Amino acid sequence: MDVPGFLKAIYLMAETTVAQKQYLTELDSAIGDADHGINMERGFSKVAAKLQSGSYSDLGDLSKDVAMVLMQSVGGASGPIYGTLFMRMSMKLKGNSEMDLPLFSQAFDAGLQGICDLGKAELGDKTMVDALTPAVEALHEALERGENLASGLDAAVEAVRKGMEETIPMVARKGRASYLGDRSAGHQDPGATSSYYLLSAFRDAAKAEGA
Amino acid sequence: MVGLLVVSHSPEAAAGIATIASQMCGGIVPIRGVGGSEEGGLGTSVPLILDALKELFQEAEEILVLPDLGSAVLSARSALEFLGSSAEKVLFADAPILEGAMMAAVEASLGSSLRRVCQVAEEAHLLKKLGEKPQCHS
Repeated sequence: MDVPGFLKAIYLMAETTVAQKQYLTELDSAIGDADHGINMERGFSKVAAKLQSGSYSDLGDLSKDVAMVLMQSVGGASGPIYGTLFMRMSMKLKGNSEMDLPLFSQAFDAGLQGICDLGKAELGDKTMVDALTPAVEALHEALERGENLASGLDAAVEAVRKGMEETIPMVARKGRASYLGDRSAGHQDPGATSSYYLLSAFRDAAKAEGA
Repeated sequence: MVGLLVVSHSPEAAAGIATIASQMCGGIVPIRGVGGSEEGGLGTSVPLILDALKELFQEAEEILVLPDLGSAVLSARSALEFLGSSAEKVLFADAPILEGAMMAAVEASLGSSLRRVCQVAEEAHLLKKLGEKPQCHS
């Protein structure tokens, strides 16, 4: 995936957050403060505007700009969380104008580690970590099979979707939802859902590039 | 001296709590409140928190951060990543935000260490405001 491919992934994510704004907000009003859809849509539309006004030759610089705008403009917890994901990714991507599956996997590992360092969430806490961890594992397995970026991302999207659905019965132990205790069970985690959208956007961009 | 940074989802809450805490120590402790999204709505913003930390470091040698909840914690932690080596001079208090800020302000005004100020803030949940017996728990 080259710079235009990465840009396409972010623009696709921005489009998805517009289309799914209402749905994310509904998920978050069940167990949170009902701002996830609004925050994600605002954050990624500001990111898209920023990227459109810039010119990039390095994926690291691009990912860093995504991080800075998200931290600045989202307003809720997803700002620092997704901001940290892209910030840590940018450190691995720096100096590269293209990424293949090994590089993406390495960057995404660092991104997830950043999210865990920041939020201290563990598996089973009903957060995006429950969706992203299986995705990272799927990337590793695809890597071992010697797959390319598009098919590795296919496997990652399948894994993140399953992980997202598995948050439904969980009782939240992190974030605003944890104040609800047992009442948080039976609802899909909003952050796990937006994580699914993000990886889907990268998968779709990788496929469009390969086609 | 240790300075205090109150971080809330509401800019009004952050400023109000900072004012109440400041009054407890006769205004000698550097105390700031920061909160709200960039557009002024409920939320937190990493750059706003980073600016507040930098401003506070002009008057304070070390800083205790008192976040309300959730994204206030995460945004403040993210802000530290941009603070360089000064980040080592910052601690977070897991405390009731108003009572914690008040207790921390008093302790900081005595010239106590950052660790001690943090410890006192974290003991603030033990404060009784209605006397010895809680109203609704036997």
